[in-house]
Parts: sequence; structure tokens; C-alpha cells
Amino acid sequence: MLVPLSHYLVVAGLLLVIGIFGIFMNRKNIIVILMSIELILLAANLNFVAFSGALHDMVGQVFTMFVLTVAAAESAIGLAILVIYFRNRGSIEVEDVTLMKG
Amino acid sequence: MTFATPLLPALLLGIGGMVLLLAGVLTKRDRFTFCSLAAVALLILAAIASAVAPDAVLFNGLLKTSLFTRFADTLVYLGAAMALILSLDYNRRENIARFEYPILVLFAVLGMIVMISANDLMSLYIGFELQSLALYITAAIARDSLRSTEAGLKYFVLGALASGLLIYGISLVYGFAGTTNFTSLASILTGGAGYGTVIGIVFVLVGLAFKISAAPFHMWTPDVYEGAPTPVTALFGTAPKAAAMALFLSVMLGPFGHLVAQWQSIIEILSAISMALGALAAIGQTNIKRLMAYSSIGHMGYALMGLAAGTEAGLQATLVYIAVYVVMSFAAFACIIAMRRQGQAVEKISDLAGLASQRPGLALAFAIIMWAMAGIPPLSGFFGKFYVFAAALNAGLMPLVIIGVISSIIGAFYYLRVIKVMYFDNGTPDFDATPAGVRFVMSVGTIATALFVLLPGPLVVAADAAARALMG
Repeated sequence: MLVPLSHYLVVAGLLLVIGIFGIFMNRKNIIVILMSIELILLAANLNFVAFSGALHDMVGQVFTMFVLTVAAAESAIGLAILVIYFRNRGSIEVEDVTLMKG
Repeated sequence: MTFATPLLPALLLGIGGMVLLLAGVLTKRDRFTFCSLAAVALLILAAIASAVAPDAVLFNGLLKTSLFTRFADTLVYLGAAMALILSLDYNRRENIARFEYPILVLFAVLGMIVMISANDLMSLYIGFELQSLALYITAAIARDSLRSTEAGLKYFVLGALASGLLIYGISLVYGFAGTTNFTSLASILTGGAGYGTVIGIVFVLVGLAFKISAAPFHMWTPDVYEGAPTPVTALFGTAPKAAAMALFLSVMLGPFGHLVAQWQSIIEILSAISMALGALAAIGQTNIKRLMAYSSIGHMGYALMGLAAGTEAGLQATLVYIAVYVVMSFAAFACIIAMRRQGQAVEKISDLAGLASQRPGLALAFAIIMWAMAGIPPLSGFFGKFYVFAAALNAGLMPLVIIGVISSIIGAFYYLRVIKVMYFDNGTPDFDATPAGVRFVMSVGTIATALFVLLPGPLVVAADAAARALMG
């Protein structure tokens, strides 16, 4: 059974929307934001792989490898910044990140 | 392989950065000053190597160097080197003299020159991420300071969102156009584009607008500018801005150059909102770094005006504007770093009171930079604005020019307020002496800004040649 390209695109689009909402609607925890960022990158990856299959072109899959690598580096740096922030603030609630405003 | 290989600048930065990292890790002594000076030397060498390098297409079309990329590279090297010189004394005093800082700056610069020379969406993304990841860390480099770590966190979250949108857009462009190479994209998109590609381009545009902090994608800028240590803010205000704007130009006018009709109105709106917001939101600010953040949002609006024109003259105007802006910007941050009272860095505009009576030289330099940023002739900022307004008028963008003129008049108010506080308010004369490095950066920037009118030729000619190289 062949899954048409549009199904992949819809799933990727949903993942993107969930990721963006996860960043802006979330009031609890910064870790959830990191997870949302991963979702956005995964949405792009799913697009790349689906298009790569549909176009019979390897560039999309190579691109996915790069995105995966970058996503790993990005989470590492994000968690590191989160750890030093926690040391100073003693909390990782989104509502507490309000020292500077305006 | 000749000496003037086009890859040499990138190799110098990458390998040099890794060697410095080893030197810093393997020796027990404090290596901050050594690494900073070595990084500045590497940036100068890379700038020379890039200036003499010939045009080339590298790695099967992944990278492409031309007069345009060399123009933007020079601005990046200049901004980064000046920011590093500013950090020499400041980081030591604020107890953040870590040798990793100059190395991170080197890697960020490497990312910037990769993304400037990118000729493929893949190299664009890798360069973009390399500079972003290095810059997130530099924003949080003062790891015991709540403000700095909060700035780093905010920059990271919004920057990661921006690169997520960028990569999603790239995936759509790849899927609907069928390639990631700029040259092939340009020929495929000659006859217009389908909805999928246009949506992809809009996502790419939003990702790039985040990086140059054009409104309404500017939310991170004021917080990050205020929270990050001042030399890091000086870096953010110069090199990444120039690099991201160059990338914006080369992406919009290169692969998507035939779709001007589709993206022109978006750029006009970005430009108009940025100019208006930069002028209005800055009025109520009391922190000078936050003021500079809104000022940079406004300046990006003016620079985008040249791109909105979509012509070669507009591109040239934007390049002149960015060059002038980078120089004004590092000079302004040098002045801000020089604001120290009794060993403490002060950032409030009201802290400038009495500067003119105690430190007339510093006050004059600060005043010249503020006048230039307000766009008052005969300083360099006026010519930058003049070129973009002229290009936009010739392209028939009358409403945009009117918004621009009104915003620069409103903007002049808050720039002149800084001068008023320095010259006419009374304050205690307890400013500290300014270290030599900061004085050097301040003098270079101020003299270049003040005397630009005597010798505008070389910059204008170089920008013209760069614009022709890109529009071809």
C-alpha cells in the first residue's frame, strides 16, 4: 500500500503547528519548549524524507542527516544554557523568565 | 592549489580556532588575553586572505565567492575584531575572562562567512546554525549573572524557533522546486512559482527576519541586548547583523530573484514596521543598551528599504547602509563600554549626566555617533539613509519613504536626548579612565563616521561592484 505524499505533508504540518503552539502556549516548563523545538525540526525532517522519496532524489535524505546533527548540538547547548540559568534562578518555569521586560 | 585559494579564510578561522582551543585547554595558565589577540590576528589574516581571493565556485556549487561575499565578509571581520578588542579589558574586570569566548567568536564568524558564501540551501543552513549556536553561548558567557543567562535562554529559544521555521521553509522549497542549489532554483523559478514554493519562501523569510531582528520578529532583541555582557552586545550589533542581512540579500535576489512580485510587499511591510517600531518604542527607554536594541531594529528597517526596491541601486544602498551602520554601531558600543563610574559599568541614560564636563572627548565621540545614527548631515548615517531613500523613491515606493522620513524625525528625538543628558544635565564627575583598546575602537569608529563625507568614494564604488556581482 502506497501512502501518498500529501499525508506526510499533513503530518509534518501538524507537527510544526504543535511545536509552535508548544513554545507559545506553554506556561509551565522550559524543558517543554526544548521538546517543541525538536518537534519543529522533526517536522522539517519528515518533509525532507517524504520529498526525497517522491522526487527520487537523495539530497533530501542527506539534508536530514545534517538537520539531525544540528538538532543534537542544539539540544546540548539549550540544556547547558538551561542548567546555568537554573543555577542562578532556582527555577525553570516560563513565568519566572521575566527579569527584563518592555 | 595557489596561496590565494578562496577557502583560505574559512580554513584559517576553523583550524585556528581549534588550535587555540587546544592551547587554552592544555595549558594551566590564564589564556584569555592570548586567545583574544590571536583571534584578532586570525580575523585580520582572514580578511586579507579573503580580499585577495578570486571568485570561485567550491564543493560542487555549495559555496560561491564573489565581490558581494567579499564585501560582506569584510564587514563581518571588522565587526568581530572590534568586538573582541572591546572585550579585552571589560571581560577581565567583570570576571568573565574565559579563553573560550574569542574562540566561540571565531567559530561564529566561520559560520557567518559560510552562510554569506552559501550557494545552496544546505550550506546556508549549516552556516546559519554554526553562527547561531556559537552566539547563544556567548550571550550566556557570564554564567554567574542572572541577566546574562536569561538573555542566553531567550536568545536560544527564539533563535531555535527561527531556525526551525527556516528549515521547514527550506524543506518546502526543496520539495516543490526539486532542488536546493541556488543557481538551479533561480532557473527553475524563472517562470513563477507554485503555492508550495511561495509558502516555503515565506517561512525562509521569517527565519531570516528573526536573525536581522526586523519587526515583528524582533522580540528577542531588546532583552538579549540588555542582558548580554556589553562586548557581546557589541558583537551582536555588528557582525551577525551584517552577515544575516547579506544572506537575506543574496537569498532574496539570488534564487528567489525572479519572484520579486511575491516577496516585495512582505519586505515593504517588514521595513515599515521596523522603522516605526524602532522610532516609537525607543522613546521610553532608560537603559542605553535597550535603546541601542530598538535603534538597531529601526536601522534594519531602513536597510530593508533598499531590498524592498528590488533594484541594483537599492541593493547598493542597502550595502552602503549596512557598512555605515556596522561602523557606527561598534563605535557606539565602545562609548557604552567606556561608561564606568567607580569601577562599575553603568547602563542608564541618566548615568551619562555630567559626562561632557569631565570627559569632553568621550562626550564628543558619543555625540557624533548619536548624530550620525539620527541621520544628521554631514555624518555617515545621513548618506546611508539618503541612498536608501533615493533608491526607494526611484522604485516608486513613496509610502515607505514617507514612513521612513517620519520615523527618522521621531528617532532623532531620542538620539538627541542622549546628547542633552551628556551636555546639559548635572552629574557627579566620577567616570573612570578608559582603557586603550576601547579608546582605539571608539576613535576609529568616530573618525570614520565623522569624516565619511570627505571620502565616500571607495565605499560607494565597492558597494556598487558588490551589487553588480550579485545581480549579475
